Amino acid sequence: MITLSHYLILAAALFTLGVIGVFVRRNAIVIFMCIELMLNAVNLTFIAIAHHLQALEGQIFVFFVMTVAAAEVAVGLAIIVVIFRNRQTILVDEIDLLKG
Amino acid sequence: MEAVFFYLFGGLALISAALVVFQRKPVHSAMALIFTFFCIAALYLLLEAEFIAVIQVLVYAGAIMVLFLFVIMLLNLEKEQEVEAGGDRFRKWLGGFMAVLAFLLLTPVWALQMLPAFKGTFPPEKIQEVGNTVWVARLLFTDYLLPFEVASILLLAAIVGAVFFAMKRS
Repeated sequence: MITLSHYLILAAALFTLGVIGVFVRRNAIVIFMCIELMLNAVNLTFIAIAHHLQALEGQIFVFFVMTVAAAEVAVGLAIIVVIFRNRQTILVDEIDLLKG
Repeated sequence: MEAVFFYLFGGLALISAALVVFQRKPVHSAMALIFTFFCIAALYLLLEAEFIAVIQVLVYAGAIMVLFLFVIMLLNLEKEQEVEAGGDRFRKWLGGFMAVLAFLLLTPVWALQMLPAFKGTFPPEKIQEVGNTVWVARLLFTDYLLPFEVASILLLAAIVGAVFFAMKRS
């Protein structure tokens, strides 16, 4: 029998993998993909709890999270392209203008 | 039967998510991420969220990942791959520590008893009458109409912003 906690633990594991990726990787595009992975883990949590509580509102929320994710990816990737055009790298530890 | 599919797609999602994080080439990471999205869409189907499952495949595995692949192919990332091979040890320890911390914070299953005991207004029989998609659409165009319109403005702003960034300055 698959219960709510199974889904929540799976979503937590997916989120944790995204966290590892953000900390370990240095390529800005891969870090961005890890953020998408974390967003998906949160969406899975929303859907699982909506199913458990027999409420449809969780699915509406996931719909809006996907909208925001799409907008975020469009702008974020444009920023990455501009950074690459100006500095010929997208390694996050070489982009340190704000570090001072 | 549900258990078989849950462990199959959940396991595949975890494996491919690990590949996203630990593959050296960004293109391989992107491919693994597409596979992860498909597995999560299958899990949505198990949770009776058909509309969201289809949207997941269309928007995430389709549109968003195509954007990622386009950018990866546009940029010439050979130097990045070499640098990624050697790792900063402090960063790895920090990543491992944060991972353990996040997992411990996210999995207090015993706290589930604090979830409200009441059920929502959409029992399975009610959804079965006309289908999941119809109910989602009804909610979206009645109770959640304002957020829906705001989301469209957000997408417009994102398009304008992306074009502005990508424009070549003379």
